[in-house]
Amino acid sequence: MADNRDFALRRLHSLLGVIPIGLFLLQHLTVNHFATRGRDSFNAAAHFMESLPYRYLLEIFIIFLPIIFHAVFGLYITFQARNNVSRYGYLRNWMFLLQRITGIITLIFISWHVWETRLAAALFGSEVNFNMMEEILDNPLMVGIYVVGVLSTIFHFSNGLWSFLVSWGFTITPRSQKIATYVTIGIFFVVSIIGLRSIYAFVYPEWFAFATNNLAIL
Amino acid sequence: MAEEKVIKFIIKRQDNPDSASYEETFEIPYRTNMNVISALMEIRRNPVNGQGEKTTPVTWEMGCLEEVCGACSMVINGKPRQSCTALVDKLEQPIRLEPMATFPVVRDLQVDRSRMFDALKKVKAWIPIDGTYDLGPGPRMPEKKRQWAYELSKCMTCGVCLEACPNVNDKSDFIGPAPLSQVRLFNAHPTGEMNKSERLDALMGDGGLASCGNSQNCVQSCPKGIPLTTSIAALNRDTSLQSFRNFFGSDYQ
Repeated sequence: MADNRDFALRRLHSLLGVIPIGLFLLQHLTVNHFATRGRDSFNAAAHFMESLPYRYLLEIFIIFLPIIFHAVFGLYITFQARNNVSRYGYLRNWMFLLQRITGIITLIFISWHVWETRLAAALFGSEVNFNMMEEILDNPLMVGIYVVGVLSTIFHFSNGLWSFLVSWGFTITPRSQKIATYVTIGIFFVVSIIGLRSIYAFVYPEWFAFATNNLAIL
Repeated sequence: MAEEKVIKFIIKRQDNPDSASYEETFEIPYRTNMNVISALMEIRRNPVNGQGEKTTPVTWEMGCLEEVCGACSMVINGKPRQSCTALVDKLEQPIRLEPMATFPVVRDLQVDRSRMFDALKKVKAWIPIDGTYDLGPGPRMPEKKRQWAYELSKCMTCGVCLEACPNVNDKSDFIGPAPLSQVRLFNAHPTGEMNKSERLDALMGDGGLASCGNSQNCVQSCPKGIPLTTSIAALNRDTSLQSFRNFFGSDYQ
Protein backbone atom coordinates (compact mmCIF):
# COMPACT_ATOMS: atom_id res chain seq x y z
CA MET A 1 0.00 0.00 0.00
CA ALA A 2 2.99 2.29 0.54
CA ASP A 3 3.17 3.47 -3.07
CA ASN A 4 -0.58 4.22 -3.05
CA ARG A 5 -0.07 6.95 -0.47
CA ASP A 6 -0.24 9.80 -2.95
CA PHE A 7 -3.44 8.39 -4.47
CA ALA A 8 -5.04 8.02 -1.03
CA LEU A 9 -3.98 11.51 0.08
CA ARG A 10 -5.31 13.13 -3.09
CA ARG A 11 -8.64 11.35 -2.83
CA LEU A 12 -8.82 12.32 0.85
CA HIS A 13 -8.06 15.93 -0.11
CA SER A 14 -10.88 15.88 -2.66
CA LEU A 15 -13.35 14.25 -0.25
CA LEU A 16 -12.59 16.52 2.71
CA GLY A 17 -13.19 19.60 0.56
CA VAL A 18 -16.85 18.56 0.21
CA ILE A 19 -17.40 16.47 3.34
CA PRO A 20 -17.10 17.98 5.90
CA ILE A 21 -15.58 21.33 4.84
CA GLY A 22 -18.08 22.16 2.08
CA LEU A 23 -21.03 21.17 4.24
CA PHE A 24 -19.62 23.22 7.11
CA LEU A 25 -19.29 26.23 4.80
CA LEU A 26 -22.96 26.00 3.82
CA GLN A 27 -24.00 25.58 7.46
CA HIS A 28 -21.80 28.51 8.53
CA LEU A 29 -23.19 30.83 5.84
CA THR A 30 -26.74 29.76 6.70
CA VAL A 31 -26.24 30.59 10.39
CA ASN A 32 -24.64 33.91 9.40
CA HIS A 33 -27.67 34.65 7.25
CA PHE A 34 -29.70 35.07 10.45
CA ALA A 35 -27.99 38.48 10.61
CA THR A 36 -30.34 39.66 7.85
CA ARG A 37 -33.24 39.17 10.29
CA GLY A 38 -31.70 41.48 12.83
CA ARG A 39 -29.40 41.64 15.80
CA ASP A 40 -31.38 39.34 18.10
CA SER A 41 -31.91 36.59 15.51
CA PHE A 42 -28.19 36.45 14.76
CA ASN A 43 -27.20 36.44 18.44
CA ALA A 44 -29.66 33.63 19.17
CA ALA A 45 -28.34 31.55 16.23
CA ALA A 46 -24.69 32.19 17.20
CA HIS A 47 -25.48 31.30 20.78
CA PHE A 48 -27.18 28.07 19.69
CA MET A 49 -24.07 27.05 17.71
CA GLU A 50 -21.84 27.94 20.64
CA SER A 51 -23.84 25.82 23.02
CA LEU A 52 -23.89 22.65 20.89
CA PRO A 53 -22.89 19.57 22.89
CA TYR A 54 -19.25 18.32 22.62
CA ARG A 55 -18.50 21.58 20.81
CA TYR A 56 -14.70 21.25 20.90
CA LEU A 57 -14.80 17.77 19.35
CA LEU A 58 -17.06 19.06 16.58
CA GLU A 59 -14.73 21.99 15.97
CA ILE A 60 -11.59 19.87 15.93
CA PHE A 61 -12.79 16.97 13.80
CA ILE A 62 -15.28 18.67 11.50
CA ILE A 63 -13.55 22.02 11.07
CA PHE A 64 -9.93 22.41 12.14
CA LEU A 65 -8.24 19.11 11.25
CA PRO A 66 -9.93 18.69 7.83
CA ILE A 67 -9.19 22.31 6.88
CA ILE A 68 -5.56 22.10 8.01
CA PHE A 69 -5.00 18.93 5.96
CA HIS A 70 -6.88 20.32 2.94
CA ALA A 71 -4.84 23.55 3.13
CA VAL A 72 -1.40 21.99 3.55
CA PHE A 73 -1.92 19.34 0.88
CA GLY A 74 -3.60 21.93 -1.34
CA LEU A 75 -0.51 24.15 -1.18
CA TYR A 76 1.61 21.16 -2.20
CA ILE A 77 -0.68 20.53 -5.20
CA THR A 78 -0.74 24.24 -6.10
CA PHE A 79 3.02 24.60 -6.26
CA GLN A 80 3.38 21.45 -8.36
CA ALA A 81 1.61 23.05 -11.32
CA ARG A 82 3.20 25.16 -14.03
CA ASN A 83 0.24 27.22 -15.14
CA ASN A 84 -0.09 27.90 -18.84
CA VAL A 85 -3.30 29.85 -19.46
CA SER A 86 -1.47 32.28 -21.74
CA ARG A 87 -0.88 29.43 -24.21
CA TYR A 88 -3.97 27.36 -23.48
CA GLY A 89 -6.75 29.82 -22.63
CA TYR A 90 -9.53 27.23 -22.35
CA LEU A 91 -12.30 27.60 -19.74
CA ARG A 92 -11.25 24.58 -17.71
CA ASN A 93 -7.59 25.66 -17.69
CA TRP A 94 -8.66 29.04 -16.31
CA MET A 95 -10.77 27.25 -13.68
CA PHE A 96 -7.70 25.14 -12.83
CA LEU A 97 -5.66 28.32 -12.26
CA LEU A 98 -8.48 30.13 -10.41
CA GLN A 99 -8.99 27.10 -8.16
CA ARG A 100 -5.36 27.45 -7.05
CA ILE A 101 -5.47 31.25 -6.69
CA THR A 102 -8.75 31.21 -4.73
CA GLY A 103 -7.36 28.38 -2.60
CA ILE A 104 -4.49 30.59 -1.46
CA ILE A 105 -6.70 33.67 -0.94
CA THR A 106 -9.16 31.52 1.00
CA LEU A 107 -6.40 30.07 3.18
CA ILE A 108 -5.13 33.54 4.10
CA PHE A 109 -8.67 34.86 4.68
CA ILE A 110 -9.78 31.88 6.77
CA SER A 111 -6.63 31.84 8.93
CA TRP A 112 -7.15 35.48 9.78
CA HIS A 113 -10.94 35.10 10.15
CA VAL A 114 -10.52 32.15 12.56
CA TRP A 115 -7.95 34.08 14.57
CA GLU A 116 -10.10 37.19 14.81
CA THR A 117 -13.51 35.68 15.46
CA ARG A 118 -12.65 32.45 17.25
CA LEU A 119 -9.14 32.16 18.74
CA ALA A 120 -8.56 35.78 19.75
CA ALA A 121 -12.15 36.01 20.99
CA ALA A 122 -11.62 32.89 23.11
CA LEU A 123 -8.22 34.04 24.42
CA PHE A 124 -9.35 37.51 25.40
CA GLY A 125 -12.83 36.45 26.44
CA SER A 126 -14.77 38.69 24.06
CA GLU A 127 -18.26 37.63 23.05
CA VAL A 128 -18.88 36.52 19.44
CA ASN A 129 -22.02 38.37 18.47
CA PHE A 130 -23.59 40.88 16.10
CA ASN A 131 -21.71 43.77 17.74
CA MET A 132 -18.37 42.10 17.11
CA MET A 133 -19.03 41.67 13.39
CA GLU A 134 -20.49 45.18 13.17
CA GLU A 135 -17.25 46.58 14.64
CA ILE A 136 -15.06 44.47 12.35
CA LEU A 137 -17.02 45.59 9.29
CA ASP A 138 -17.23 49.29 10.19
CA ASN A 139 -14.90 50.44 7.41
CA PRO A 140 -14.95 49.93 3.62
CA LEU A 141 -11.53 48.22 3.58
CA MET A 142 -12.68 45.44 5.88
CA VAL A 143 -15.93 45.06 3.96
CA GLY A 144 -13.84 44.74 0.78
CA ILE A 145 -11.59 42.11 2.36
CA TYR A 146 -14.61 40.15 3.57
CA VAL A 147 -16.34 40.31 0.18
CA VAL A 148 -13.19 39.06 -1.61
CA GLY A 149 -12.54 36.39 1.03
CA VAL A 150 -16.11 35.07 1.05
CA LEU A 151 -16.48 35.08 -2.76
CA SER A 152 -13.11 33.36 -3.13
CA THR A 153 -14.15 30.68 -0.63
CA ILE A 154 -17.45 30.10 -2.41
CA PHE A 155 -15.75 29.91 -5.82
CA HIS A 156 -13.23 27.42 -4.46
CA PHE A 157 -16.07 25.34 -3.04
CA SER A 158 -18.24 25.42 -6.18
CA ASN A 159 -15.46 24.67 -8.63
CA GLY A 160 -14.02 22.12 -6.20
CA LEU A 161 -17.38 20.38 -6.24
CA TRP A 162 -17.07 20.09 -10.02
CA SER A 163 -13.65 18.46 -9.81
CA PHE A 164 -14.77 16.29 -6.89
CA LEU A 165 -17.43 14.84 -9.21
CA VAL A 166 -14.76 14.07 -11.84
CA SER A 167 -12.09 12.85 -9.41
CA TRP A 168 -14.36 10.25 -7.87
CA GLY A 169 -15.82 9.19 -11.21
CA PHE A 170 -19.37 10.53 -10.81
CA THR A 171 -19.31 12.65 -13.97
CA ILE A 172 -17.55 10.85 -16.80
CA THR A 173 -18.95 11.96 -20.15
CA PRO A 174 -18.41 15.45 -21.59
CA ARG A 175 -22.17 16.06 -21.37
CA SER A 176 -22.38 15.16 -17.69
CA GLN A 177 -19.34 17.33 -16.98
CA LYS A 178 -20.92 20.22 -18.87
CA ILE A 179 -24.14 19.89 -16.88
CA ALA A 180 -22.04 19.81 -13.69
CA THR A 181 -20.37 23.04 -14.88
CA TYR A 182 -23.76 24.77 -15.16
CA VAL A 183 -24.95 23.36 -11.83
CA THR A 184 -21.80 24.48 -9.99
CA ILE A 185 -22.00 27.95 -11.58
CA GLY A 186 -25.56 28.08 -10.22
CA ILE A 187 -24.34 26.99 -6.79
CA PHE A 188 -21.68 29.71 -6.89
CA PHE A 189 -24.24 32.44 -7.52
CA VAL A 190 -26.84 31.21 -5.02
CA VAL A 191 -24.31 30.71 -2.20
CA SER A 192 -22.65 34.04 -3.06
CA ILE A 193 -25.97 35.86 -2.59
CA ILE A 194 -26.35 34.19 0.81
CA GLY A 195 -22.78 35.13 1.80
CA LEU A 196 -22.97 38.74 0.55
CA ARG A 197 -26.34 39.34 2.19
CA SER A 198 -24.87 38.22 5.52
CA ILE A 199 -21.89 40.57 5.18
CA TYR A 200 -24.04 43.56 4.29
CA ALA A 201 -26.49 42.76 7.10
CA PHE A 202 -23.71 43.82 9.49
CA VAL A 203 -22.92 46.92 7.44
CA TYR A 204 -26.48 48.19 6.86
CA PRO A 205 -28.62 46.66 9.65
CA GLU A 206 -31.34 49.32 9.27
CA TRP A 207 -31.77 48.58 5.58
CA PHE A 208 -32.18 44.85 6.23
CA ALA A 209 -34.64 45.52 9.07
CA PHE A 210 -36.70 47.58 6.64
CA ALA A 211 -36.50 44.91 3.94
CA THR A 212 -37.47 42.09 6.30
CA ASN A 213 -40.49 44.00 7.51
CA ASN A 214 -41.70 44.83 4.04
CA LEU A 215 -40.67 41.87 1.85
CA ALA A 216 -42.09 38.71 3.30
CA ILE A 217 -40.01 36.19 1.28
CA LEU A 218 -36.72 37.29 2.83
CA MET B 1 8.33 41.06 -61.88
CA ALA B 2 6.99 40.48 -58.40
CA GLU B 3 9.54 40.23 -55.64
CA GLU B 4 10.33 36.66 -54.67
CA LYS B 5 8.22 35.59 -51.70
CA VAL B 6 10.04 34.31 -48.63
CA ILE B 7 8.94 32.50 -45.48
CA LYS B 8 10.38 33.70 -42.19
CA PHE B 9 11.19 31.27 -39.41
CA ILE B 10 12.39 31.90 -35.85
CA ILE B 11 13.75 28.61 -34.54
CA LYS B 12 14.79 27.85 -30.98
CA ARG B 13 17.98 25.86 -31.25
CA GLN B 14 20.15 23.91 -28.86
CA ASP B 15 23.42 22.25 -29.90
CA ASN B 16 23.41 19.40 -27.39
CA PRO B 17 21.36 18.19 -24.40
CA ASP B 18 23.38 20.24 -21.90
CA SER B 19 24.05 23.47 -23.75
CA ALA B 20 22.00 26.66 -23.59
CA SER B 21 19.32 27.34 -26.18
CA TYR B 22 19.38 30.26 -28.61
CA GLU B 23 17.18 31.62 -31.38
CA GLU B 24 18.10 31.70 -35.03
CA THR B 25 16.07 33.21 -37.87
CA PHE B 26 15.79 31.78 -41.35
CA GLU B 27 14.31 33.06 -44.58
CA ILE B 28 13.55 30.52 -47.23
CA PRO B 29 12.01 30.89 -50.69
CA TYR B 30 8.27 30.29 -50.81
CA ARG B 31 6.78 27.37 -52.72
CA THR B 32 3.10 26.48 -52.80
CA ASN B 33 1.69 23.84 -50.45
CA MET B 34 4.69 23.73 -48.14
CA ASN B 35 4.48 22.23 -44.68
CA VAL B 36 6.88 22.96 -41.82
CA ILE B 37 8.87 19.82 -42.61
CA SER B 38 9.46 20.72 -46.27
CA ALA B 39 10.62 24.13 -45.03
CA LEU B 40 13.02 22.46 -42.58
CA MET B 41 14.27 20.29 -45.46
CA GLU B 42 14.94 23.48 -47.43
CA ILE B 43 17.01 24.80 -44.48
CA ARG B 44 18.88 21.49 -44.36
CA ARG B 45 19.62 21.75 -48.11
CA ASN B 46 20.98 25.28 -47.72
CA PRO B 47 21.79 26.02 -44.05
CA VAL B 48 22.13 29.81 -44.20
CA ASN B 49 20.46 31.94 -41.50
CA GLY B 50 18.60 35.24 -41.81
CA GLN B 51 21.84 37.23 -41.57
CA GLY B 52 23.18 35.33 -44.59
CA GLU B 53 25.69 33.40 -42.47
CA LYS B 54 26.36 29.72 -42.97
CA THR B 55 25.11 27.68 -40.02
CA THR B 56 24.47 24.08 -39.05
CA PRO B 57 21.29 22.47 -40.41
CA VAL B 58 18.37 22.37 -37.95
CA THR B 59 17.78 18.90 -36.48
CA TRP B 60 14.27 17.50 -36.11
CA GLU B 61 12.63 14.10 -35.97
CA MET B 62 10.11 12.72 -38.45
CA GLY B 63 8.66 9.44 -39.59
CA CYS B 64 5.41 8.84 -41.43
CA LEU B 65 4.71 12.40 -42.69
CA GLU B 66 0.97 11.73 -42.39
CA GLU B 67 0.26 12.41 -38.69
CA VAL B 68 0.12 8.84 -37.46
CA CYS B 69 3.61 8.26 -35.99
CA GLY B 70 3.86 11.24 -33.63
CA ALA B 71 7.61 11.71 -34.12
CA CYS B 72 7.60 15.20 -35.62
CA SER B 73 5.79 16.98 -32.75
CA MET B 74 7.09 20.44 -31.90
CA VAL B 75 5.75 23.75 -30.63
CA ILE B 76 4.66 25.77 -33.67
CA ASN B 77 3.60 29.38 -33.01
CA GLY B 78 3.03 28.51 -29.36
CA LYS B 79 0.98 25.35 -29.84
CA PRO B 80 2.36 21.80 -29.76
CA ARG B 81 1.43 19.87 -32.92
CA GLN B 82 2.85 17.71 -35.67
CA SER B 83 5.06 19.62 -38.10
CA CYS B 84 4.01 17.35 -41.00
CA THR B 85 0.43 18.63 -40.93
CA ALA B 86 1.38 22.22 -40.12
CA LEU B 87 0.84 23.90 -43.49
CA VAL B 88 2.88 27.06 -44.05
CA ASP B 89 -0.02 28.80 -45.84
CA LYS B 90 -2.15 28.47 -42.71
CA LEU B 91 0.49 29.78 -40.28
CA GLU B 92 1.12 33.32 -39.18
CA GLN B 93 4.61 34.59 -40.03
CA PRO B 94 7.28 34.65 -38.74
CA ILE B 95 6.72 31.00 -37.92
CA ARG B 96 8.16 30.20 -34.49
CA LEU B 97 9.44 26.67 -33.94
CA GLU B 98 10.47 25.37 -30.50
CA PRO B 99 11.09 21.90 -29.12
CA MET B 100 8.43 20.62 -26.68
CA ALA B 101 9.51 21.84 -23.23
CA THR B 102 8.20 18.78 -21.38
CA PHE B 103 10.87 16.52 -22.82
CA PRO B 104 14.66 16.63 -22.70
CA VAL B 105 16.09 18.16 -25.88
CA VAL B 106 18.42 15.94 -27.89
CA ARG B 107 19.29 18.64 -30.39
CA ASP B 108 17.38 21.64 -31.80
CA LEU B 109 13.78 20.49 -32.33
CA GLN B 110 14.43 16.84 -31.57
CA VAL B 111 13.33 15.68 -28.13
CA ASP B 112 13.57 12.42 -26.20
CA ARG B 113 10.09 11.01 -25.53
CA SER B 114 11.33 7.98 -23.58
CA ARG B 115 9.32 8.94 -20.51
CA MET B 116 6.11 8.19 -22.41
CA PHE B 117 7.26 4.70 -23.36
CA ASP B 118 8.46 4.10 -19.77
CA ALA B 119 5.02 5.19 -18.55
CA LEU B 120 3.33 2.68 -20.90
CA LYS B 121 5.47 -0.05 -19.33
CA LYS B 122 4.63 1.22 -15.86
CA VAL B 123 0.87 0.93 -16.41
CA LYS B 124 1.18 -2.43 -18.27
CA ALA B 125 -0.31 -1.08 -21.48
CA TRP B 126 -0.30 -4.43 -23.29
CA ILE B 127 -2.27 -7.67 -23.31
CA PRO B 128 -0.36 -10.63 -21.88
CA ILE B 129 -1.11 -13.69 -24.04
CA ASP B 130 2.21 -15.53 -23.90
CA GLY B 131 2.09 -18.97 -22.30
CA THR B 132 3.66 -22.41 -22.52
CA TYR B 133 0.88 -23.67 -24.78
CA ASP B 134 -1.58 -22.28 -27.31
CA LEU B 135 -4.36 -20.62 -25.32
CA GLY B 136 -6.72 -20.70 -28.29
CA PRO B 137 -8.84 -17.77 -29.51
CA GLY B 138 -9.85 -15.14 -26.96
CA PRO B 139 -13.39 -13.88 -26.35
CA ARG B 140 -14.94 -11.97 -29.23
CA MET B 141 -15.35 -8.22 -29.10
CA PRO B 142 -18.66 -6.65 -30.12
CA GLU B 143 -18.22 -4.61 -33.31
CA LYS B 144 -19.70 -1.51 -31.73
CA LYS B 145 -17.19 -1.67 -28.88
CA ARG B 146 -14.36 -2.28 -31.34
CA GLN B 147 -15.24 0.90 -33.20
CA TRP B 148 -15.30 2.81 -29.92
CA ALA B 149 -11.97 1.32 -28.78
CA TYR B 150 -10.41 2.17 -32.16
CA GLU B 151 -10.64 5.86 -31.26
CA LEU B 152 -8.55 5.25 -28.13
CA SER B 153 -6.05 3.19 -30.12
CA LYS B 154 -5.26 6.20 -32.34
CA CYS B 155 -2.80 7.47 -29.71
CA MET B 156 0.64 7.87 -31.31
CA THR B 157 2.54 8.87 -28.12
CA CYS B 158 3.30 12.19 -29.81
CA GLY B 159 3.59 14.01 -26.47
CA VAL B 160 1.28 16.93 -27.28
CA CYS B 161 -1.06 16.20 -24.34
CA LEU B 162 1.88 16.06 -21.93
CA GLU B 163 3.20 19.35 -23.29
CA ALA B 164 -0.22 21.00 -22.80
CA CYS B 165 -0.77 19.66 -19.27
CA PRO B 166 0.09 22.09 -16.44
CA ASN B 167 0.68 19.16 -14.08
CA VAL B 168 3.25 17.41 -16.27
CA ASN B 169 6.47 19.27 -15.48
CA ASP B 170 9.85 19.10 -13.77
CA LYS B 171 8.26 19.53 -10.30
CA SER B 172 5.92 16.55 -10.59
CA ASP B 173 6.24 12.88 -11.54
CA PHE B 174 2.82 12.77 -13.28
CA ILE B 175 2.96 10.38 -16.24
CA GLY B 176 0.43 12.46 -18.19
CA PRO B 177 -2.84 11.81 -20.03
CA ALA B 178 -1.70 9.55 -22.92
CA PRO B 179 -0.68 6.46 -20.88
CA LEU B 180 -3.78 6.83 -18.69
CA SER B 181 -6.07 6.57 -21.69
CA GLN B 182 -4.15 3.51 -22.91
CA VAL B 183 -5.11 1.73 -19.68
CA ARG B 184 -8.73 2.32 -20.58
CA LEU B 185 -8.11 0.91 -24.07
CA PHE B 186 -6.50 -2.29 -22.79
CA ASN B 187 -9.01 -2.68 -19.94
CA ALA B 188 -11.82 -2.46 -22.49
CA HIS B 189 -10.40 -5.31 -24.58
CA PRO B 190 -12.12 -8.66 -23.76
CA THR B 191 -8.76 -10.39 -23.22
CA GLY B 192 -7.02 -7.36 -21.71
CA GLU B 193 -9.87 -7.07 -19.22
CA MET B 194 -8.56 -10.22 -17.52
CA ASN B 195 -5.67 -8.15 -16.11
CA LYS B 196 -7.74 -5.06 -15.42
CA SER B 197 -6.94 -4.84 -11.70
CA GLU B 198 -3.16 -4.97 -12.29
CA ARG B 199 -3.34 -1.91 -14.54
CA LEU B 200 -5.61 -0.07 -12.13
CA ASP B 201 -3.21 -0.81 -9.26
CA ALA B 202 -0.37 0.60 -11.35
CA LEU B 203 -2.44 3.73 -12.04
CA MET B 204 -2.89 4.24 -8.30
CA GLY B 205 0.88 4.45 -7.83
CA ASP B 206 2.92 7.65 -7.52
CA GLY B 207 2.63 10.02 -10.46
CA GLY B 208 -0.43 8.12 -11.67
CA LEU B 209 -4.06 9.01 -12.24
CA ALA B 210 -4.56 11.06 -9.06
CA SER B 211 -2.02 13.67 -10.23
CA CYS B 212 -4.53 14.89 -12.83
CA GLY B 213 -5.82 18.38 -11.94
CA ASN B 214 -8.65 18.48 -14.52
CA SER B 215 -7.36 21.43 -16.52
CA GLN B 216 -8.56 19.45 -19.57
CA ASN B 217 -5.95 21.01 -21.88
CA CYS B 218 -5.12 17.50 -23.09
CA VAL B 219 -8.45 16.81 -24.73
CA GLN B 220 -8.39 20.26 -26.38
CA SER B 221 -4.89 19.66 -27.73
CA CYS B 222 -4.92 16.00 -28.84
CA PRO B 223 -4.35 15.93 -32.64
CA LYS B 224 -6.22 12.62 -32.86
CA GLY B 225 -9.28 13.84 -30.93
CA ILE B 226 -8.95 11.09 -28.32
CA PRO B 227 -11.48 11.61 -25.48
CA LEU B 228 -8.67 11.80 -22.90
CA THR B 229 -10.67 13.47 -20.13
CA THR B 230 -13.51 10.97 -20.56
CA SER B 231 -10.93 8.19 -20.17
CA ILE B 232 -9.50 9.85 -17.07
CA ALA B 233 -12.92 10.28 -15.43
CA ALA B 234 -13.88 6.69 -16.29
CA LEU B 235 -10.62 5.47 -14.74
CA ASN B 236 -11.32 7.64 -11.70
CA ARG B 237 -14.52 5.65 -11.25
CA ASP B 238 -12.71 2.32 -11.84
CA THR B 239 -9.93 3.15 -9.37
CA SER B 240 -12.49 4.34 -6.78
CA LEU B 241 -14.08 0.90 -6.89
CA GLN B 242 -10.72 -0.88 -7.12
CA SER B 243 -9.39 0.99 -4.07
CA PHE B 244 -12.46 -0.09 -2.07
CA ARG B 245 -11.84 -3.68 -3.17
CA ASN B 246 -8.17 -3.44 -2.21
CA PHE B 247 -8.94 -1.88 1.15
CA PHE B 248 -11.94 -3.88 2.31
CA GLY B 249 -11.17 -7.07 0.41
CA SER B 250 -13.37 -8.66 -2.21
CA ASP B 251 -14.59 -12.13 -3.14
CA TYR B 252 -13.04 -11.71 -6.58
CA GLN B 253 -9.90 -10.04 -7.98
